[in-house]
Amino acid sequence: MAESDALDDTGRREFLVKVTSVVGGAGAAAACLPFVASMNPSADLLAKANTEVDLSGIPEGGMHTVAWQGKPVFVLHRSEEQIKAMNLSNGGLDPEPDKQRVKQPEWLVVIGVCTHMGCVPNKEGPGWTCHCHGSQYDDSGRILRGPAPKNLEVPPYRFVAANKIIIGQA
Amino acid sequence: MANKIIQWIDRRFPLTSFVKHELTGYPTPRNLSYWWNFGFLAGIVLTLQVVTGIFLAMHYKPDASVAFDSIQHIMRDVNYGWLLRFMHSTGASAFFLVIYIHMARTLYYGSYRAPRELMWWTGQGLLLLLMATAFMGYLLPWGQMSFWGATVITNLFRATPFIGDQVVVWLRGDYAVGDDTLTRFFALHYLFPFLIIAGVVVHLVALHTVRSSNPSGIDLADKDNIPFHPYFTSKDFFGLGVFLIAYFTVVFFFPHSMIEAENNIPANPMVTPNHIVPEWYFLPFYAILRSVPNMVGGVAAMFLSVMIFAFMPFLDRSRIPGGARYRPVYRVLFFIFMLDILVLGYVGYYPPTSQTIAIGQVATFYYFGSFLLLPFISKAEDQWLFKKGLPPNIIALIESEAIEKRILPQRRRRGDIT
Repeated sequence: MAESDALDDTGRREFLVKVTSVVGGAGAAAACLPFVASMNPSADLLAKANTEVDLSGIPEGGMHTVAWQGKPVFVLHRSEEQIKAMNLSNGGLDPEPDKQRVKQPEWLVVIGVCTHMGCVPNKEGPGWTCHCHGSQYDDSGRILRGPAPKNLEVPPYRFVAANKIIIGQA
Repeated sequence: MANKIIQWIDRRFPLTSFVKHELTGYPTPRNLSYWWNFGFLAGIVLTLQVVTGIFLAMHYKPDASVAFDSIQHIMRDVNYGWLLRFMHSTGASAFFLVIYIHMARTLYYGSYRAPRELMWWTGQGLLLLLMATAFMGYLLPWGQMSFWGATVITNLFRATPFIGDQVVVWLRGDYAVGDDTLTRFFALHYLFPFLIIAGVVVHLVALHTVRSSNPSGIDLADKDNIPFHPYFTSKDFFGLGVFLIAYFTVVFFFPHSMIEAENNIPANPMVTPNHIVPEWYFLPFYAILRSVPNMVGGVAAMFLSVMIFAFMPFLDRSRIPGGARYRPVYRVLFFIFMLDILVLGYVGYYPPTSQTIAIGQVATFYYFGSFLLLPFISKAEDQWLFKKGLPPNIIALIESEAIEKRILPQRRRRGDIT
């Protein structure tokens, strides 16, 4: 009779155990998702993702540090000599032409976070020096020496007026 | 009356037999030195940290806008708040000191060897939990060193393959260390000690299965074991007295020696202090991180420098019991390794110059080299010692223990011992 057949058929039982385990495991994994996602930046933080900067107050050769997404952004008003000097080389450890790092050559906008361990480099002489581990950047934010592997990151930004940029919008 | 209550409980729960087996009558090798106090002391420091931490949490506010001020509130306004905080901040250092001595004892006397591998590995897990707890706790005062320490360490996770940047943002809950980071670190800093307590229970269950090691390295049979109480309760409590004198000397007279001056400045995400240093207990590992010129390589080396201890049961191929005591080469290696860790700590403390980087790289090579060469050195030493002949007292010990082990089952069958 069918009943005794079913009792002898361990294959069916093993199949059910496997399917239940897979479905149960998938359910448990899916249940983790909201918990993991809750640790990502919240909606109000994302809403504050743009920063507007008025450039008119920055003299030639001067630099302002503005906060964008909680991180410092360096806005450097470069002089003719600085632009010329930066166009002469492609940087050091992470070569990149200066032209690709700026929208207008007199304005350099880079995230002021050392690509090594995340310290804020200091403006010293030409370029920046990171005091945490000794990385050195030039006036295009390109890495010259030190443990940092990459150039200072250029954030997405655009000119909304001749004297105004929005950081966070490309 | 008390007897009746205990009898009532014993019929429902193995209270008396548990206390007798695991505490008062627990058989302990009679030759334990004071180096065997540090497991007990670690338990005491854990308790101190949990108790002071819970009372601090009644006054602390894990919100970036008020966290720094709430520490000032604890220090100035809360009754004995200064004592709670100084006990907690000093206790963190005391915890690492005790644990490092506990580990050094294990390495010196070879206590990690069979059958105690699980003791060593659960201890390794506890060390990682302790490091994570200490690191997250350090962010809570929200000073400059807190903030930049957390920034640098969470940045290490950028070395995660493929999803590094997302992992860092996920850990912080923000694009930079911020309010969300602080709040979650507080939640986890409160949780982890309880995971540590659970880990300690596993560590102790394993201990009571394999029993304590001892300076001779030989598993002493029952004739050389004595009950834990009163012999080792008194010895442990004497050690506790010495420990508490040292601990409270720091708490009362030098509490700021454990707090970086820079941390009395509120966190400022726009300015990094010129000289970021981790707490002393992370310095050797930090030096290894800085010694590797490549970022991912540095993070991997630092992670490995902590985890490599777990391989000790496999790396040590000697058959001679007793760790360094009867093994002159291993003893020399042990002391040079300790010196190497001090050199790394020194290098980690000072800002990177070409000189400290060079010293750090040599010390890092030695650090990993002493682990990687250990299988060959211990094997060669083993053969040399057997050829030379072991000292007569250790041969006598090994033999007497072997005899004891042979007659133990007979005595057990006869019912002499249970």
